[in-house]
Amino acid sequence: MKVNDGWSPYLAGALSGLVSIGSVWFVGKYLGASTTFVKTAGMMEEIFTPERVAKMPYFIKETPIIDWQWMVVIGIAIGSFIAAVTSGTFQIKPLPDMWEAKFGPSIKKRAVIAFIGGIIAMFGARLADGCPSGHGLSGGLQLAVSGYIALVCFFIGGMLSANIIYKGGDE
Amino acid sequence: MATLMYGLITGVLFGFFLQKGRVLRYDKQIAALLLEDMTIVKFMLSHIVVAMIGVYFLLDLGLVQLSLKPTILGSVIIGGLIFGFGWGLLGYCPGTSLGALGEGRTDAIWGIAGMLVGAAIYAEAYPYLLKTVLTWGNYGKITIPQLLGVNHWFVIIPFIFLVGTLFNWFEKNGL
Repeated sequence: MKVNDGWSPYLAGALSGLVSIGSVWFVGKYLGASTTFVKTAGMMEEIFTPERVAKMPYFIKETPIIDWQWMVVIGIAIGSFIAAVTSGTFQIKPLPDMWEAKFGPSIKKRAVIAFIGGIIAMFGARLADGCPSGHGLSGGLQLAVSGYIALVCFFIGGMLSANIIYKGGDE
Repeated sequence: MATLMYGLITGVLFGFFLQKGRVLRYDKQIAALLLEDMTIVKFMLSHIVVAMIGVYFLLDLGLVQLSLKPTILGSVIIGGLIFGFGWGLLGYCPGTSLGALGEGRTDAIWGIAGMLVGAAIYAEAYPYLLKTVLTWGNYGKITIPQLLGVNHWFVIIPFIFLVGTLFNWFEKNGL
């Protein structure tokens, strides 16, 4: 099962921790990801209804512009692509193995659940004011009380839905 | 402009390590939630421990500042549980969804689209939430050392031992 196509998660995690230190030291920025989805949604809405977006309190709080974190999130896709291509692990994969084993080869079914899951996840992340990056990693490393409460709640919610989906399923 | 470049470099490095750590996979994220494979927990806690030591050391030297999110019990707990539930359905979190796409996992696209819609819905609901959930139990920007009233190293050192013990337990149990 365990194909040797990566590094130890301890090593990769520790090295990514050094990236966090560098980012805090040189730019004063802590990692996060979910605010970028707000800014992107705002920029997309601005194309159609700029006057409305300009008056919305949340888009006044989180101005829809391309900022440091927006570039980080795009960078994550690029960095992952580089790592995958250089190690020969890049593969177009429309369905996760675990999903396909349980729910079959329908792409539509996966698309619907992933889309709904995405809506729920982002609504929750914005309400909590962070995701596993912003609350989990950045909050966690700063020993923020909010970070640890959020992390525990992320896992409780996730264990609930993952168990509902895979209840009675095999490994 | 320089800030944007730093952001891109940070993201590329972070994405590179996420891919190497095999964290960008639906199977790994779901397996963690089913308590079958702790790869993502190992990655996250390793990141947290290393960055915690570095950032607090730099803080002691006066070279960096903390940037805390407020502890608002109502919104963090309710939002956290809602996020978690969606995460278990999607199998990617906001950061890893882009990374997953980068290594060819095209099902992340549906999740990214859903998350953009979720962000737009939240923006609509925000004025109402601001008056309700976002006011419930606001304790401000607090850290665990502040809560306990001790120097941060009295929390960091035990934390490292705790994480070490947990890692040891993972390895013994093949997680």
